Amino acid sequence: MNWWWLFALAAVLLLGIYLSMTAGRLDRLHLRIESAERALDAQLALRTAITIDLAVSGLVDPVLGAVLTDAAHTARRSAEAGVRDREIAESDLSRTLSLAFQDPEDVSEIQRDPEGAIFLEELAAACKRVELSRRFLNDAVRACRQVRSLRMARWFHLAGHTSWPQTVEMDDTPPPLLSAS
Amino acid sequence: MRVGLVCPYSWDVPGGVAVHIRDLAESLIRQGHQVSVLAPFDGEGVLPDYVVDGGRPVAVAYNGSVARLNFGWKATRRIRKWIQEGDFDVLHVHEPLSPSLSVLACWVAQGPIVATWHSSMARSRALSAVFYLAQISMEKVSARIAVSEEARRTLVAHIGGDAVLIANGVTVANFADPSALPGYPRSGGTLGFLGRLDEPRKGFDVLARAVPAIVSRFPDLRVLVAGPGDSEDALSDVPVEFHKHFVFLGRVSDDDKVRMLHSIDAYIAPNTGGESFGIVLLEAMASGAPVIASDLLAFRRVLDEGRCGRMFLTGDPQALADLACDLLADPDARSSMSTTGHERARHFDWERVGREVVAVYESVVLPGVRVREDLRGQIMGRLARSKPIDVSDS
Repeated sequence: MNWWWLFALAAVLLLGIYLSMTAGRLDRLHLRIESAERALDAQLALRTAITIDLAVSGLVDPVLGAVLTDAAHTARRSAEAGVRDREIAESDLSRTLSLAFQDPEDVSEIQRDPEGAIFLEELAAACKRVELSRRFLNDAVRACRQVRSLRMARWFHLAGHTSWPQTVEMDDTPPPLLSAS
Repeated sequence: MRVGLVCPYSWDVPGGVAVHIRDLAESLIRQGHQVSVLAPFDGEGVLPDYVVDGGRPVAVAYNGSVARLNFGWKATRRIRKWIQEGDFDVLHVHEPLSPSLSVLACWVAQGPIVATWHSSMARSRALSAVFYLAQISMEKVSARIAVSEEARRTLVAHIGGDAVLIANGVTVANFADPSALPGYPRSGGTLGFLGRLDEPRKGFDVLARAVPAIVSRFPDLRVLVAGPGDSEDALSDVPVEFHKHFVFLGRVSDDDKVRMLHSIDAYIAPNTGGESFGIVLLEAMASGAPVIASDLLAFRRVLDEGRCGRMFLTGDPQALADLACDLLADPDARSSMSTTGHERARHFDWERVGREVVAVYESVVLPGVRVREDLRGQIMGRLARSKPIDVSDS
């Protein structure tokens, strides 16, 4: 009776199961990151669109309209540029929005118009969803990195050729006055 | 949006989580979404039309109390069928750490999944294996919600990662009807308690031991007790001459619960642990009943550190008796507490909470992506594969 062979066989089998499970986890996590990225893209695009809508609606003064359009424009263009540029442009848009709606008087002036109230509500909701989407994306990235740094995952190259997942770092604070409502 | 909600606990035994899911479902329906809830069901009573029977649960001991859960081949099959037929935009599971329909749903589904954490737990050796498995199944979940800071801390400490804090809600309008039980409100002092009598963490025992001291100042005191459990057992430590002060209503309907809350001078929440939020406090406050609660962290938050209710050292009957006597003797304090409590409850109204939950859904759903079955790497799942149902073509 040669027990050692059996032990070795069992060990190899267990290792195989473990590796296959871990590869499955990584696969799911990469998929989740991908979906989260798409969701964030969609929410950012929506925020940009609403900002432009509001800027050209005639409800804000021409100076603010120009500033908002410019910020939204840069943010939209940056989607094709590098990741870093995009983070900066989207952060700029967040800050521009916060600046644009920092005065309670301005906000209530726009809200007086029924159309304006709807715009602001949509904008607040979009900003909130950008914040959530980014949070969920970064959470997925964190979970993925954790599995990818497991020793077994590194030794056996379970992640294949996929690049090291990156979090999205930007200022996504919704305009404080709008999110309060 | 088509939303699939998974309730881990039996629908016909209304506990905190089941009530949360019912209110969430109704709030979503009011907002115009299509909602289907999959819930364990014992077959008592009738299910609302948005609830799908998830099978009969089995009683097992889990995490320090008796839980009634579903598991196994049949349950898995039901979930697969429900997911196939539901064609959901988002799947929302609750309490994904308890071994229940929620875990099974996470396990057999892929696509946009949201999970809500309700309870807080202390770390234990036995549970760490569960946490390891949970961590793996949680990797599918796109967005996580915690109903309280305690629940969130449990999640962050045990599983890692992040969660959005969306406090539990109360449908304030449901508690507005001011009619009371026949014969109430009465003079002489009336206290109220809601909760299972046989669940030690609900703390009925603490209240029962406080009653003799309160009776010494309020000889006409009455304590309304609503909730399932054996009243004889519950009073076994109380001297017989005090038994007449307790009125046991048994398990009450929702309407009777509201009437009961409108019949009392103060609501007592003597819980000794295991509460992560304290929705029952909000219900009492929404009815305008002043609240006296133990100083659990969760209760302190709901009561805004004592601004909206009075608190005593958890598990201390004498401290409870003192507070109850003070409050029963002071009608002005009661009415001002009633007002601040009601305002506080409005802050947690489901209208607001429901919109926050929808914002989470919207930030994870993708056009064209639906919740689908996930058969990868699951032997049990493959065995339990139900007949495919064609929903895509018409």
